[in-house]
Amino acid sequence: MHEWALAEAVIVAAQQIAEKEKLREIREVHIKIGELQQVEREIFRFALSQLKPVGFKNAIFHISTAKTVLRCRVCDYDWTFSKSNLEEDTAEAIHFVPEVAHSYIKCPKCSSPDFEISEGRGVWLENIKGVR
Amino acid sequence: MNSMDPRTTVINKRLSQTDRIIAISSGKGGVGKSLVATTLALELAQRGFKVGLFDLDFTSPSTHLIMGIEKILPKEDKGILPPVLKGLSYMSLIHFTGDQTVPLRGADVSNVLIELLSVTKWGKLDLLILDMPPGIGDAVLDLLRLVKRIEFLVVTTPSRLAFETVKKQVRLLKDLKIPIIGVVENMKMDKSENIARETENLGLKFLGEIPYDPEVEDAIGDVSKLHDTIIAKKIRKVAARTIT
Repeated sequence: MHEWALAEAVIVAAQQIAEKEKLREIREVHIKIGELQQVEREIFRFALSQLKPVGFKNAIFHISTAKTVLRCRVCDYDWTFSKSNLEEDTAEAIHFVPEVAHSYIKCPKCSSPDFEISEGRGVWLENIKGVR
Repeated sequence: MNSMDPRTTVINKRLSQTDRIIAISSGKGGVGKSLVATTLALELAQRGFKVGLFDLDFTSPSTHLIMGIEKILPKEDKGILPPVLKGLSYMSLIHFTGDQTVPLRGADVSNVLIELLSVTKWGKLDLLILDMPPGIGDAVLDLLRLVKRIEFLVVTTPSRLAFETVKKQVRLLKDLKIPIIGVVENMKMDKSENIARETENLGLKFLGEIPYDPEVEDAIGDVSKLHDTIIAKKIRKVAARTIT
């Protein structure tokens, strides 16, 4: 479950920000997960709850999902990612490393693999709130 | 606060149980860097070291072809576990793409590198060998930015064209105070000592020369045959100089 590795990165990053902003206790952590990476939300949430350090004891983790928008660099066509059209192995590979989508997905309009993942790639730490 | 990509914060933690991280690099492509990186990793493992090999040439990987490895989806345990193949902990994008074409722009290369560095659990290693893409592009700049304790081993051919690009890479590394183990001269076809002399002029250690060996093609994909080549014999000496 590499959701644990991603959750650990979020916790370490949040700790670094808390330290920088001299926050003693963290109350809220806002995280955005891009659909492309297909992070298992419940495992991710459980990992966050297990990994949170002392200053995060009462923190609430708000997790939102961002739709994945792909934009063709050749013909400017925008489309959204859907896991349903993919083989299980392919979806799994994209789950591990989202950029491998370039090996399996092509622009529906012009068939180019030269597209940009313009929204909804991976895991982002959006905001933290706490008291000094 | 602005949205933040949290992945970079754990990279050095993931590498904390690795004693040495050695990037095998070159200024130009086609100098045999992947063959040197793979053979060096295999020879170090043969000596009893615990060795990892990470193919960072994401768009044109070849270390798997040299070792005769096919796509294996890695196992997960609170991260990605590199499969142990041919005695090496081995990570390559081919685990996820197989023989598919991998068209990536620079920003995508950075994202793949950061993703794999942040989620791969290498565990305890004596040495992690990185097979770099040629030149001074995104992967090199990201590694210099993100990986503490990185060292470089530079591969060149006898060609002045290759060595001129080596000089530029060495200048960058020296400016950034990145340790350079030394220079290996690959595909040597005569007795010229130009590269050894030029390397010493740069204040670097000349780690050895590897002759051009057309028969190595027959050993591609077969680790035991590769072990018996003249190239492997020469790289054993490079390995000895690398670890001292």
